[in-house]
Amino acid sequence: MLSKITSCGIIGIEGFIVAVETDISNGLPAFDIVGLGGIAVKEAKERVRAALKNSGFEFPLGRITVNLAPASLKKEGSTYDLPIALGILAATGQFPLREYKDSMFVGELSLDGQIKRINGALNAAACACESGIKNLFLPIQNADEAAVINEVNVLPAESIKEIFDHLTNRKAIDVHQVDVDTLFGDSHSEYEDFSDVKGQANVKRALEIAASGGHNCLMIGSPGCGKTMLAKRLPGILPDITFEESLEVTKIHSIAGILPEGASLVTKRPFRSPHHTISNVSLTGGGKIPKPGEISLAHYGVLFLDEFPEFSKSALEVMRQPLEDGNVTISRINASLTYPSVFLLLAAMNPCKCGYLLDESRGCICSQHEIDNYMGKISGPLLDRIDIQIEVPNIKYEDLQSIKVEEASAEIKKRVNEARKIQLERYKNFKIFSNAQLPPSLIIEFCQLDSKGKKILESAFKKLSLSARAYNRILKVSRTIADMEKSKNINERHIAEAIQYRSLDRKFQGSRVKYGGSL
Amino acid sequence: MKMDLLPWVWLSTLNKISPKKKKQLIDFFDNAGSVWDASLPELRLAPFLSNKNIDQLFCKEYKKDAEKILKRTIENKIDVVTIQDKDYPEILKHIYDPPIVLYAKGKLKPDECCIGIVGSRKATVYGLEMAENTAFDLSKGGITVISGMARGIDSHAHYGAIKGGGRTIAVLGCGLDIVYPKENIYLMEQIIKNGAVISENIIGTQPLPHNFPARNRIISGMSKGIAVIEAGEKSGSLITADYALEQGRDVFAVPGNINRWNSKGTNNLIKEGAKLVTGSEDIFEELNLCSNINLEYRNIEDSAQSFMLNKLGKDEKKILDILRYEDLHIDTISEKTGISMDIVNSLLIIMELKGLIIQVPGKVFKLKE
Repeated sequence: MLSKITSCGIIGIEGFIVAVETDISNGLPAFDIVGLGGIAVKEAKERVRAALKNSGFEFPLGRITVNLAPASLKKEGSTYDLPIALGILAATGQFPLREYKDSMFVGELSLDGQIKRINGALNAAACACESGIKNLFLPIQNADEAAVINEVNVLPAESIKEIFDHLTNRKAIDVHQVDVDTLFGDSHSEYEDFSDVKGQANVKRALEIAASGGHNCLMIGSPGCGKTMLAKRLPGILPDITFEESLEVTKIHSIAGILPEGASLVTKRPFRSPHHTISNVSLTGGGKIPKPGEISLAHYGVLFLDEFPEFSKSALEVMRQPLEDGNVTISRINASLTYPSVFLLLAAMNPCKCGYLLDESRGCICSQHEIDNYMGKISGPLLDRIDIQIEVPNIKYEDLQSIKVEEASAEIKKRVNEARKIQLERYKNFKIFSNAQLPPSLIIEFCQLDSKGKKILESAFKKLSLSARAYNRILKVSRTIADMEKSKNINERHIAEAIQYRSLDRKFQGSRVKYGGSL
Repeated sequence: MKMDLLPWVWLSTLNKISPKKKKQLIDFFDNAGSVWDASLPELRLAPFLSNKNIDQLFCKEYKKDAEKILKRTIENKIDVVTIQDKDYPEILKHIYDPPIVLYAKGKLKPDECCIGIVGSRKATVYGLEMAENTAFDLSKGGITVISGMARGIDSHAHYGAIKGGGRTIAVLGCGLDIVYPKENIYLMEQIIKNGAVISENIIGTQPLPHNFPARNRIISGMSKGIAVIEAGEKSGSLITADYALEQGRDVFAVPGNINRWNSKGTNNLIKEGAKLVTGSEDIFEELNLCSNINLEYRNIEDSAQSFMLNKLGKDEKKILDILRYEDLHIDTISEKTGISMDIVNSLLIIMELKGLIIQVPGKVFKLKE
């Protein structure tokens, strides 16, 4: 007696169809699960046995073999509990049919037959949709999340009994639906507002540019000058997340199991700020049971790295390729996975070890060697991927006291949205969506300078001794500044402003170092 | 090999005998050769020598090593200038504890007029500028600028002097075969071409902290006056100033912002009676040096600037106006002029490129002199 139930496995963030085949034959009682299951899958045996028994079903005495096909792919997690249990019921004839081709089942079982929340429900729904499967049975806690995919009937169940009742036409489960528009319609922002930040007009402007063009950004300033405060407000001015983006983000968060209960979609851009003791693997993703890392959790959002040089050198270097490609491919013995990782890198650092190098009133106690070492922790190639570098000054007492109303995030966001729209329109044929992603070939095409602009860039390179790597960065940032003004051409002023955001390329950086002393 | 230098080099390697005693030895025995040859009873006649001193003078190891050191010194093209040589700076002979031997690269002149410029390694742009400009003027006026080739003020004093086309001397706290700090290797070559790099330390001496105060006494000893530009409260430059006072030299100090930690030393010096200097003219005046130097080159730049000013836009003039009073952070500039941040941002760079203002670390802008 053989039965076939459809379920779903996950590689990276994409789901794939798993056929759960159950065969029960006469022989010594045994229960085997084959098909490269992980430990959680092996343990499903005990949960299934108890759940069936406690739900009033009969657990067959005989030789039970469960195969999870395709048998060559690794399967992890507890999602297979429900299909295995149903497979056994079907194989023993307790169900009217032995095969449910148009339905997919996912869910973890508890010993009393309840169905419990799983990770990756949205991915399963997307997989069902792609494979043309009509019904998706899943835990009730995951219903909101999966119901976002309208093409699939999401049938949430609390216990195995409910599914049995539905399949035997005793009591139907209602199709669960959510209204995507109302999800996005919620304009209330959960992020803190820029109007809380007094002063710092220059940094705010720089962050607005970063948000408009998707430029990676580095803030340098003494301890307590407000770097973290500013950073937390950046996601609030990023352009609104689109439905497609939101789906992708939700898939990643769903697999990682960090989706809050009852949430259906991630409708806000993620903001991730891992501590600097983070390991390479938790940053990029991977591990024995592969999980997306922080750079993927920050997909379409902001990855904030506070105390940038304190991160281990290798952790910083592993970000280089994902920053460039927008995805990270993790190769392990078992599999090679790809997680998307398009994020805005926002880093913050002190100018030196003691932190007071740029502080006028308080002396820095670092030796030159220490300063060089501290700056040297951030490699050239990584710095190369950061378009905007700004110095954050200490906040003045008058500013703290000032009652002047600062601009709110919503206002800034409006401008950012407009600047992004121009970019989306311009790059619609090139598979990129922001100025930061411009490859050198397109820079030549879209960042044309007029003669005045060329002249100022040339003299800036000569007089301010900018490094060569600054060149393309300046062009990209000036493109964004021009877009913010809805200007078709990049003019002299746009270039000049972009040059202001190359603090680290200026040779005097660190006040006591290389200032002008040339012969 | 110049064998007559061997006793001198040998004497300079003896680390248990102070420079003062070495000078007394030379005075007592007339020259280093006699010290080398002196017998025990003869040495006992010198009342100032302790038993330890005499032990070291009699240790054969040192005499053997001295030969190697002399050989290496000559191989490295380092001159040995003894206190009895005609090239030895006259003014240095008269301090309390002159070095009996100077190792030198470049050319020493016995009676040149020198001014020392010393200051913090962790200097501000203001300090570096002052060092460079003062050195430039002094050097135009035919004065040799002496400093220590350290980072910060020292290096820029040398730069200024070389730009001014005059002589400059660097006194090191290590052997002359070592470049410290390393990044000054090019500067060192230039100083040798335009003056000399000297040290009392034998070849191979590492730049150890205790060498530097001793080095400072040579800087002040060779100078008519010492100008201190930026020094913290406990700074090596203040040690130099102390030596200068002991040796009866003039001490000049450039005032700084009273809130800045590295102006505290110089401002204290002024309180204690050092001559306040706001430009090289003050130094010329104090030393009664007729400064027939030509400061006209500045005026030319001035007129060029005023020509530029006429062509400035309204916003640019506004920014220049408020910068006249104080150096300002970019946020404050935008606030005070009421010009929006994006325009201020670009104008400041444009003005910087025009040479009207300069940017100092921390996004602060100031007028260019």
